[in-house]
Amino acid sequence: MAEDKATGNAAILVLKRAFVRLGILPFLLLAALVIFTLMSENFLTLRNVTNVLRQSVYLTIVSIGQMLALLTGGFDLSVGTILALASVAGAMVMAAVYAAMPEAVWLSISLGCLAGIAAGTSIGVMNGVGVAFFNVSPFMMSLGMASVGFGIALYLTGGVPVYGMPVQFGDTFGFGNLFGFPTPVLVVAFLVLALYVFLYRTPFGRHFYAVGGNLRAASLSGINTRGILFLTYVLCAFFAAVAGMLLTARLDTGEANIGASMPLESIAACVIAGVSLRGGVGRLENVVLGALFIGLVQNGMNLARIESYLQTVVLGALLILAVVADQIRLKYVATLKD
Amino acid sequence: MLIATRSVTKDYPGVRALDSVDFDLRAGEVHLLFGENGAGKSTLISILAGAVRPTSGTLYFRGRQVSLHSVHDARELGISAVFQDFSLIPQMAVEENLFLGAEPRKGGFLNRRKSREQAREILDGLGFRIDPAARVDRLTRAEQQMVEIAKAFRSDLSVLILDEPTASLTNHETDQLFGLIGELKARGIGIVYITHRIAEIRRIGNRITVLRDGRYIDTVDAREATEDGLVQLMTGREMGKIFPARIARPAGDPVLSIEDLTTRDGAVRGVSLEVHAGEIVGLAGLVGSGKSELLQAAFGTRPVAGGRVWYLGRDTTGQGPKQNIRGGFLYLPPDRRTEGLMMMRPARENVALAALDIRPFSSGPVLTPGRERRAVAELADRMNLQPRQIERAADQFSGGNQQKVMLARSLTRNFRLIAFDEPTVGVDVGTRAAIYEFLVDLVRQGAAIVLISSDLPEILHLSTRAYVFYRGRVQAELHGTGLTEETVLANFFEREGG
Repeated sequence: MAEDKATGNAAILVLKRAFVRLGILPFLLLAALVIFTLMSENFLTLRNVTNVLRQSVYLTIVSIGQMLALLTGGFDLSVGTILALASVAGAMVMAAVYAAMPEAVWLSISLGCLAGIAAGTSIGVMNGVGVAFFNVSPFMMSLGMASVGFGIALYLTGGVPVYGMPVQFGDTFGFGNLFGFPTPVLVVAFLVLALYVFLYRTPFGRHFYAVGGNLRAASLSGINTRGILFLTYVLCAFFAAVAGMLLTARLDTGEANIGASMPLESIAACVIAGVSLRGGVGRLENVVLGALFIGLVQNGMNLARIESYLQTVVLGALLILAVVADQIRLKYVATLKD
Repeated sequence: MLIATRSVTKDYPGVRALDSVDFDLRAGEVHLLFGENGAGKSTLISILAGAVRPTSGTLYFRGRQVSLHSVHDARELGISAVFQDFSLIPQMAVEENLFLGAEPRKGGFLNRRKSREQAREILDGLGFRIDPAARVDRLTRAEQQMVEIAKAFRSDLSVLILDEPTASLTNHETDQLFGLIGELKARGIGIVYITHRIAEIRRIGNRITVLRDGRYIDTVDAREATEDGLVQLMTGREMGKIFPARIARPAGDPVLSIEDLTTRDGAVRGVSLEVHAGEIVGLAGLVGSGKSELLQAAFGTRPVAGGRVWYLGRDTTGQGPKQNIRGGFLYLPPDRRTEGLMMMRPARENVALAALDIRPFSSGPVLTPGRERRAVAELADRMNLQPRQIERAADQFSGGNQQKVMLARSLTRNFRLIAFDEPTVGVDVGTRAAIYEFLVDLVRQGAAIVLISSDLPEILHLSTRAYVFYRGRVQAELHGTGLTEETVLANFFEREGG
């Protein structure tokens, strides 16, 4: 009896240690895998896993941008709008160029993508200027820009989808494969890798953590804190805009009403992955896993035929659960100090 | 006997803050608590005030055993504490603050008239001339202190606990406070009083209890206590032993010259000073006297309105921290939690923060984590960081070791001039001695050091030269035999206008 109890306690201690070290995400991932595998035999198949990867692309890209905003102690509520504006502006330019020069397919695709990404990033430039140079709180700034961007996107299109892009755009960036992998997945892999090198192998990356970790200390250590804050929102918007163009390719239309769920989902992906809302803490690889987890849960719920309205309930609950778990973790950190 | 503790102990995770302490307070006495930072004074008064519950031990009030579960419990018994950090809400009126949590009511609604009357009664009774309707943030620091004390009087008072109440008061305001304390003593109220100022001990104290490392050391009569005796009780060693031998070498070339500098916010007004290689220049003065603000302006974090800053013969007025750090000039702030360290990040990143652009921390545009780890581990050895785990988050270290992490930053580049702003705030004696040793080492290697400090012995024992600040101006420049406690203190306070 006593021995049983001792091993039980030891097991709990190991679990506690693992929880303190790794956070809630590994436990959630494991639970999701077990539950959905039991609920549907189609869940754990290569086809479906590839499918999850493909579907998670857009959220992953937005989340790694959102992570930058959270790292520096803010957040970006305008990522959804950026997605929409990039989609609309990109699609309009692409369709216009294609209509004028039907033989210059790749020129129109390039110009369209450039225009879309530039339009989306411009929202980030505004956010950056407001937050870094006018000390507007990220909450107000990005909330305001979300409205501005959405309004512009609706105004440009009159609320109707934009058609007329070359089919090659959707075929390549929406459904295509390259070297045996879905193109969007390759784009994500490239962006994640580039951001990883930037964050963890250059002084600039360290500066993001420093600004979120302690703005005053960073500034007294000679770090250009305004510059970093500005760059944060520009990069965040850039990522969201790329996601917007990829989603446009997938949908084959430019739409003003996509991305509405992105602010919540991307913040959820980061928080579940252990990114601190107070700034300065969080790892890129975990955020990628966090976004995949949300994709996994959505896919699993679809397979298990859970109604989409109920899915949003689950997502919100998961977000709150992650925050509660983080608080409990902080408490454990204090008691487990070696 | 008003209040007494018997073998009171308080444990925090990993630390014993208070170890079996006996303490008692008689009616009508001022009982001083004396000790280094971290000696357990704050923990003891927090227990007396009901803010913290002891891990073990008993508490007696007027001979009866009591257990205080909250500040509210203590207040019911007439025990009130005035802590250093004010518990006032700045946006509220004086009267609203006085009755916060115990608002006079009439049928469930606030009774404004009654609260105004009672507030006036309390303030008049104490002889404070403060308008009960005034907003707290419009009052001076001393007036806020008075409101804080008045708050203690809203119920019948028998024990008043004061934590360094004169830290930011002027001479005149201090006199006023001491007058009040005299009256309270006459009324039979017992007062527990924490101070670091030896001069105050003789003025108002009856008995002194000395704590060290959470333990009770001794209780002595205030009239018989000598300064040296107290310091020895407090630190466990003689005064001189904490401080390293004074630097005997003559100073080298000027490193920093400040000419007639005035900041835009008026915190510094027309100050000139000079710092040479191989010397420690002490800047003394009260909080807000301009001593920190001057170096912040020179470092480029506080806007300059007039005057010039010359660093190594170049005009660097208005140059930002980035250029200054690259030029070899570093300012380390006084408050490590809010300005110095990224508390959630590893010690390694905190040490490397100001040198990420150079070897061994980076090479060209990329970081070199392996070399960084080795370099920081070496610095951790040199600073004797405890525990020696450079991947631990800063907030997982004790105060003294956090300070070491921040100070290690001054070794990551070849700094020619380092300004240390209150480098020993909140650290224990052992670390304090190590930090002094460290400063002297830097100077021996030819660096110039500016030591900004409110701790007088620090200034007296370490500086080769000292400037005393008062209200944004340099009141005196002292060196050699002219640098004594008397001369510094004489310049601490008002002199202008006779």
